Amino acid sequence: MLIKDSANFALQAVIAHRMRSVLTLLGIAVGIAAVILLTSIGEGVHRFVLAEFTQFGTNVIGISPGKVKTGGQPPSGIPTTARLLTMDDALSLKQLPNVLGATPTVWGNAELAANGRLRRTLVYGVDADFTQVFSSTVRIGNFLPRDDRDARALVVLGSKLRQELFGHENPLGARVRIGGLHFRVIGVMAPKGQFLGVDLDDTAYIPAERALELFNREGLMEIHVIYKEGASVANVAAAVKARLKLRHGAEDFTVVTQEDMLNTLSNILDILTMAVGALGGISLLVGGVGIVTIMTIAVSERKNEIGLMMALGAQRLTVLYLFLGESIVLAALGGLLGLVFGVAAAQSLQLLLPALPVHTPLSFAFGALAVSALIGLLAGVMPARRASLLDPIDALRAE
Amino acid sequence: MNSQQTIIQLTSIDRVFQLGDTSVQALHDINLTIRQGEYIAVMGPSGSGKSTLLNLLGLLDRPDRGSYELAGRDVTTLNSDEQASVRSKSIGFIFQSFHLVPRLTAAANIELPLVLAGVGVKERAAIVLQAIHDYGLADRAQHRPNELSGGQRQRVAIARATVMRPLVLLADEPTGNLDRATGEEVVRLLEALNQQGMTLIVVTHDQALGARAHRQIHMVDGAIVHDSAQDLIVKEG
Repeated sequence: MLIKDSANFALQAVIAHRMRSVLTLLGIAVGIAAVILLTSIGEGVHRFVLAEFTQFGTNVIGISPGKVKTGGQPPSGIPTTARLLTMDDALSLKQLPNVLGATPTVWGNAELAANGRLRRTLVYGVDADFTQVFSSTVRIGNFLPRDDRDARALVVLGSKLRQELFGHENPLGARVRIGGLHFRVIGVMAPKGQFLGVDLDDTAYIPAERALELFNREGLMEIHVIYKEGASVANVAAAVKARLKLRHGAEDFTVVTQEDMLNTLSNILDILTMAVGALGGISLLVGGVGIVTIMTIAVSERKNEIGLMMALGAQRLTVLYLFLGESIVLAALGGLLGLVFGVAAAQSLQLLLPALPVHTPLSFAFGALAVSALIGLLAGVMPARRASLLDPIDALRAE
Repeated sequence: MNSQQTIIQLTSIDRVFQLGDTSVQALHDINLTIRQGEYIAVMGPSGSGKSTLLNLLGLLDRPDRGSYELAGRDVTTLNSDEQASVRSKSIGFIFQSFHLVPRLTAAANIELPLVLAGVGVKERAAIVLQAIHDYGLADRAQHRPNELSGGQRQRVAIARATVMRPLVLLADEPTGNLDRATGEEVVRLLEALNQQGMTLIVVTHDQALGARAHRQIHMVDGAIVHDSAQDLIVKEG
């Protein structure tokens, strides 16, 4: 029997019982739609989070004190016996080949007073390399100066902080009290937006030495290193490790490349996407059971026809393929319908909730169709096998 | 083909059915020779084994003992796929209840054996068109079986049984579900096919229908008790 004829035959059988077929394939359609919708949201969140992290550039390496084997970062503020990272460590890393810059980082919450106003906000202790490492730009004035061994008490304001403290007045040269220390404003940053819900513009940047003093800390919380685009991240990370080991005498720090972090994050988000997809998969399973049921009924109802086909010279395998084909057609049509439902639901969800990131990759669409056809194949095996093993005489005699 | 050529040769055929603990001898020591172009009626009471004989001749059933040669080839030893291919090429079935596929049009029903045999679309269309014309179904070709009369249904079934040009046509009570006039029409159709050289074997209860065949075989309890061909031999002898 020709393949085209078999497909045609299966399709005719599906169409012959319109109502029943539609209800059955609706089961698969709901399952596929659920999988598509949920994975679309999962994938949307995935892309959103990765985009948040890559906005600073991907060629960044973070170094934090204490050895953490899993690549995570110890929550700051908890006392630790790990040897501290120092300003000298940061300066030393700037000298490494392929390293464009390294900024020490200390941050905390502090109260700012200026222009007769008070505001509590995040204060970052960094150095001149900060703008390069975190792809930030200065709107007015300058960022913290280079080679400032005295670490003069200067501050650069985030755009929102400037707005809150000074409004439209020019803040340059104004005095700001942070905690108990006094600083002079030398610049204002360009707006940077949000990062995972944290307003990056409601911040103040002061020299790291001053931040250590302000927060009464002995060591840095992190050092961020930016390396040349195109340089091997492994080589740079190895060089950083070697240099710090040399300085500390042991590997008592953790190096996390942006790549590592993104990979870890990506893996976690993939698992999330898969988990919600599996949730939708349950309804797909139920749809598959529906197909088994309806195909079993179809085989019982059409015993006469099966007997006739055998009498007309159909081989057992042909009968098997015909019923398998019917089951696959049923499931694939359901999959197609579910795909349309799912994408439509995902798109309308995005219209209703623009903040919710939704994305349906093409591979998911094809995957959904392939999965539904596979479900049809699996669901059809048992009934189709039963059909092919019928005794033609009994089948012809069946009422 | 020589009309005197032997087309079917059954030798010592036994067929036993197991019904629970008891075994039923459906066919017992059947020996039968059928020549090309014969018109045979198999008659007998219910349970005499005539349907079993027909199923066996149609390769839908296997004997427990004995051999069956179809057109000079031993078909008892073939596997089920090979038997299916023999059925497809050499045997046409006509059933009392027509057995048309309800969702397919008359034309599609007639086409079915060709489709199953993998005949190409163009070639198929020509054969089906000819058959529709030959059996006077031109205006009913696109109707489904439930829109056809009994006689039309059986004509579709006969057309379907003959599109592959089989050697043997096996008819199981072909007029059983038809009124007298329609039955007569169907029988004439079958006889016309026989006159064109097709071997026709009809299983029937109907004495009148049986009497029209050139050779009558009477069966009782799984055995042939009377074969009119042997009368002839006896008379000639």
